Amino acid sequence: MKSKWLEIASPWLLTLVLILLWEAVVNIFGISRIIMPSASESFYAIYEYRVGLLQSALTTLYATLLGFGAAVVIGVLIGIAIGLWRPVYVACYPLMVAFNAIPKVVIVPIFVLWIGPGLQTASLTAFVLCFFPIVVNMAVGLATIEPELKDVLRALGAKERDIVIKVGIPRSLPYLFASLKIAITLAFVGAVIAETVAGSDGVGNLMLIASSNFNTPLMFAGIIVIAAMATAMYGIFAILDKRFTGWATRGAMNVATAGG
Amino acid sequence: MAYIDIEDVDLVYRNSAGHEAADGTLALQNTSLKMERGEFVALVGPSGCGKSTLLKIISGLIRANKGKVSVGGEPVTKPLKIVGMAFQNASLLPWRSTRENVLLPLEIVEPHRQKFRSEKAKYEAMANELLATVGLEGFGDRAPWQLSGGMQQRAQLCRALVHEPDLLLLDEPFGALDAFTREELWDVLQMLYLKRKCTVILVTHDLREAVYLADTVYVMSARPGRVIMDRKIDLPRTRKLDDLYSRDIADLIQDLRHHINVAKSDP
Repeated sequence: MKSKWLEIASPWLLTLVLILLWEAVVNIFGISRIIMPSASESFYAIYEYRVGLLQSALTTLYATLLGFGAAVVIGVLIGIAIGLWRPVYVACYPLMVAFNAIPKVVIVPIFVLWIGPGLQTASLTAFVLCFFPIVVNMAVGLATIEPELKDVLRALGAKERDIVIKVGIPRSLPYLFASLKIAITLAFVGAVIAETVAGSDGVGNLMLIASSNFNTPLMFAGIIVIAAMATAMYGIFAILDKRFTGWATRGAMNVATAGG
Repeated sequence: MAYIDIEDVDLVYRNSAGHEAADGTLALQNTSLKMERGEFVALVGPSGCGKSTLLKIISGLIRANKGKVSVGGEPVTKPLKIVGMAFQNASLLPWRSTRENVLLPLEIVEPHRQKFRSEKAKYEAMANELLATVGLEGFGDRAPWQLSGGMQQRAQLCRALVHEPDLLLLDEPFGALDAFTREELWDVLQMLYLKRKCTVILVTHDLREAVYLADTVYVMSARPGRVIMDRKIDLPRTRKLDDLYSRDIADLIQDLRHHINVAKSDP
């Protein structure tokens, strides 16, 4: 029992240790707060700017979830198409790899040109950043159905649709959930990039303003808030993953959940 | 007329793109085979001789390039719907309980498919009963990965038989099991066969397995495979594992072994 509690507490403990280390290093070496504020100053900035930060955080969260939601729906559909039909895979894959390799920061200005700054650009950037892993993982789950299993079902007169519903979709769920955990954090990255480059609101924009005012503690406050939101969302998906696809880990080990 | 009639079948292997392989690898050549309804047949032969391919041709999963294949008097042109299959790899679905795995065929095959939801309790009782006959009573709620290898193969046999198929196709189902478990499962299979009276084709590497279980053993040649001899096994059923060590059976196995060695060296 004792080791189990230690396991649950360990991410929180490590986070706490790192924060204390941060505080100590900044104070011992007397680093200027414009270069690097201490942990306490950064957390105080969260308290000080709580109204603005909360508002910005909710804006960023909204943009992120909008982009992420769209990526899940469209990514799953395209993933199914790619996983089931080889011609679609052959046609789409090089394009998707090429598209994925483009640094997203350079296409934000193009999005702004098309749809204007703000929420829409932030969501769209979140979408393009997290779309790829969802497609790939959904496709992998479907494309790797064991041939013997297909034979068993086909020898019963199963149609392709039966095989997809009874076997393909369930067996691709662990892959999908693994990708969702990655995708949700990427979606935050996308939204904040867009807000920083072109946003009129959100945490990214708040940090941009803070940086032009040399308000470094507020920048760190923004970073902490984003990291906390992304980790919390990751935790939610980790719990959903465990709930729906616990069979994939065969009860041997528990899936990593949230943590600090 | 024979229940299963295979006449002069050729099969050329194709690569993944669907073209005939460059070297035109023949998996089967002029293969012929006749089986009666209710017969238990074992196919043995050197590795890669096309035994599994022949099973797939009979079940209609792949089409022969040449020759005639008929089952029950009908030419086979598409996957048959009266077949139960089992493989070396149990391939049970890990997200389903063992019972739900056994029930899978009933969710697909007519007429059960229509009635599956409304009569689920009846079907579940049926699955439980079948699991009990193979010694898996009370394991229906377990996840398949909580079962041992032998238990998974028992469950797989249940899945292959739950829809009461006319034809049971087994592709080395006991190949990955240890010797003791394998012998136990021979008796399970024999018991199921005597109970159901379906037609069984068993592909195997194990001559003792073939002789113990089958009415007729067919020996296939090395690639390109064809049937080079058949041997009736006139032993009364129910057969007992002790019989395997009798002089007659030892001679029979020795003789078959000899033929396979010839088949290996001289295709």
